Amino acid sequence: MLAHLPILQVIVPLMAAPLCLFINRSRVVWLFTLFVSGLAFLISSLLLQQVMTSGTIVYDLGGWDAPWGIEYRIDQLNAFLLLIISAISTVVLFAAHTSIREEIPASRHTLFYILYLLTLAGMLGIVATGDAFNVFVFLEISSLSAYALIALGKDRRALWASYQYLIMGTIGATFILIGIGLMYQMTGTLNMDDLSKRLPEVEQTRTVFTAFAFVIVGICLKLAMFPLHLWLPNAYAYAPSIVTAFLAATATKVAIYLLIRFTFTIFGLSFSFTHVPLQILFLVLGLAGIFVASTVAIYQTNIKHLFAYSSIAQIGYMIVGFSVSSVAGLTATLLHLFNHALMKSALFLALGAVMYRIGSTQLNKFQGLGRQMPLTMAAIVVGGLSLIGVPLTVGFVSKWFLVVAVIENGWWPVAVLILLGSLLAVVYVWRIVEAAYFKPALAGTETIKEAPLAFLIPVWILVIANIYFGIDTRLSVEVAQAASMNLFQGLSGVSP
Amino acid sequence: MILGLYNYWVVVVLMMVGFYIVIAHGNLIKKIVGLTIFQTSVFIFYISMAKVEGGTAPILTDGVEQYSNPLPHVLILTAIVVGIATTALALALVVRIKEAYGSIEEEEIQEKDNLDC
Repeated sequence: MLAHLPILQVIVPLMAAPLCLFINRSRVVWLFTLFVSGLAFLISSLLLQQVMTSGTIVYDLGGWDAPWGIEYRIDQLNAFLLLIISAISTVVLFAAHTSIREEIPASRHTLFYILYLLTLAGMLGIVATGDAFNVFVFLEISSLSAYALIALGKDRRALWASYQYLIMGTIGATFILIGIGLMYQMTGTLNMDDLSKRLPEVEQTRTVFTAFAFVIVGICLKLAMFPLHLWLPNAYAYAPSIVTAFLAATATKVAIYLLIRFTFTIFGLSFSFTHVPLQILFLVLGLAGIFVASTVAIYQTNIKHLFAYSSIAQIGYMIVGFSVSSVAGLTATLLHLFNHALMKSALFLALGAVMYRIGSTQLNKFQGLGRQMPLTMAAIVVGGLSLIGVPLTVGFVSKWFLVVAVIENGWWPVAVLILLGSLLAVVYVWRIVEAAYFKPALAGTETIKEAPLAFLIPVWILVIANIYFGIDTRLSVEVAQAASMNLFQGLSGVSP
Repeated sequence: MILGLYNYWVVVVLMMVGFYIVIAHGNLIKKIVGLTIFQTSVFIFYISMAKVEGGTAPILTDGVEQYSNPLPHVLILTAIVVGIATTALALALVVRIKEAYGSIEEEEIQEKDNLDC
């Protein structure tokens, strides 16, 4: 059983999705989905433990050997991502039953859980697989179900947002498909491990450069890197609250994983960063993303929009860490990936609670909520502090690592810019605090009560995780460091 | 050079035509048409890539030494299925958009959204 964990990780949610149709009763389906997601979490914890003690796990599907059959390859990086995705999915699901009762008509509840499980299976599949074409297939499984999930939003703008995301997402995925095709044409293999060995032999050809360009642009569309982020704000703002909390914490993270996997493992560091001016390109776009998106976030009147733009800015930090292209920089990126998943799921879930109580996330409706929903608002404040990067929260840990990595590289001005970017976060978080705590409550809102426990428990689990991993950084830092060292080791064959 | 890469020229032209339609047209159905053309060009690309000069269909028979590569064909079958799913979902969304907005023109939808804000 233990030997089959890599495939069970993907197949359990995938097979569970159609089973929901047979159950077809909202509450039971919810419990079933929660159980399946919990099972995925258990599997990913076991996998991480196994990888940390005994190294990379290689699993041949159907017993076919690697270059012919599809191989699942789990190293520290994969296991780390699997854990993040399944953990966030499980915690977010706790609130799902309560939240979607308000936001989605009862006849669509079963469909919601099916799509949710498919998205989860797709994302776990992208991370678990060691085959480049398999990545495309799982990418489309998760994306297509994500488009449908977003379209379930109450507002009609959800449909429009979903359509725009579909167009952009399909272009991105097709670009990745073209890139994979060109890679196959040059090397005759789709196995990532094999590709990494054969690509250096042909790396000076124009075809490989073209393949690289297509893959990188495709992935950057998926991860909403500035200036390819246009689909993200509306998609996050109008999707049902649960969907936003889940996707904001996981979907872009999976794309970051793909970026790391393709540049570091498949094309190799020397190709990605010396033959192609990726470093300076990503540094500039990452910093531009931080400043433009944070500034736009300040002017938003819908809090879901505000945090969606802040997500784009946070992706900017990850890209900057990536562009440093050192073990320290990559560690910072991976840490921020983990930490940002915790912050954003907490924040968007808390916004889901606000949505449940007052049916809107407009900033002007937040007046006086600090007194009426103290626990929910406190969660938003802690999440906001974490976004800014205040000590004792996770945000501080990853920004610290990022600044140290940048300084180690001698990029002083970049370190200053990163800190300035955090000041912008202070501004947009302050706007919420001001409305919630320092303005009088609106007339006729005296009856608003604290959010139900179904929300408060998962929100506070995430908030406490935000603080816990901000103080006790052993788990996250150890795994992130091991993963990035492993990536660099695989490249040069010597320990750094 | 030009004739030898005939298939690839077709791929490039189709790809650009499809991509242009997606970007330039405001009608949601036309955008989907463009997207489908764009995806189809990639299918042709994969299929052209698999052709081995002088090779036949990959069926084991006597007297044939060289076969075309069947793997890209199999891959592209998967991609075609994905493409159909995408088109179906996009069309379903357009139906819902038409019901909700009463229009499938990008500009009119944007206008109505701006009024809402």
